Amino acid sequence: MAVPLGDYIALASVMFFIGVIGVIVRRNPLIMLMSIELMFNAANLLFIAFARAWLQNAGQIFAFLVITVAAAEAAIGLAIIVTTFRPAKYVDVDDVRTLHG
Amino acid sequence: MIEFWLLGVVLIASAVWTISASKPVYSVVALLLNFAALAVLYVTLSAEFLAVIQIIVYSGAILVLFVFVIALLSSGVSPFSVGPNRLPKIWAPAGIVILVALGFLVYAVSQAAMVAPRTPNGPVGAANVFGSVADFGTALFTVQLLPFEVTALILMVAVIGVITLGLEEMGDVPGRRRDEAKVERAMREAILREGTD
Repeated sequence: MAVPLGDYIALASVMFFIGVIGVIVRRNPLIMLMSIELMFNAANLLFIAFARAWLQNAGQIFAFLVITVAAAEAAIGLAIIVTTFRPAKYVDVDDVRTLHG
Repeated sequence: MIEFWLLGVVLIASAVWTISASKPVYSVVALLLNFAALAVLYVTLSAEFLAVIQIIVYSGAILVLFVFVIALLSSGVSPFSVGPNRLPKIWAPAGIVILVALGFLVYAVSQAAMVAPRTPNGPVGAANVFGSVADFGTALFTVQLLPFEVTALILMVAVIGVITLGLEEMGDVPGRRRDEAKVERAMREAILREGTD
């Protein structure tokens, strides 16, 4: 019944890279934020799988911390998106070029 | 074993759906599916408390926040544009990065495949069993008290940041006059217009 730890690593890596591809490819800031959430969750899955493998609940505590950081990040990120794109017709990150130099 | 592979297929399929959906609302639905499957996977890894937190915090709070913002922003003139994405520009470097990463992944799997999760040292859910809520809570409030306090600090910083951003949006920052806020908003609109041209 036991699932090898390597399979969890593989699953979490695939999820993480799907998130990376989402952040790189998409231009809708909301979907980019959701891709970041995917990456957070891939990391969390690894923390919990390793905690289970070595029966150390420090991994679970850290996953808890990551969930908190993800919640804070989502709140601030969405607030920035709303303040930035409120007057815009289309929501597209390529339209914001003030810091481009 | 079988539940792991079923959940793995659901997780990867919903993740792909999240980043490829044409509308952000569909992405939220896909992400909800992803988080639910992940919560089930956490239960199989005997992380009971985190499975519940995953549902309450992620599906209940964060995703609802996403839905609110989608409703707020798309109430304007036109719906979200999917637009041309950046795939044609970045596929070559991104492909190299992903190949290297997959190489590391194969290496990691071959190295770690020997370690299998052990069986729990007692009935699931009982106190003093790894991963039970009692076990998690005891650790959180004794040995790991500092991370818990840091969590509170992070949330407070986030609340202050969001309130500041919200006040700026309404133009009600203390010590700043209303016409200044109006000028700032006009500048922001000009920046967005410039970008679209």
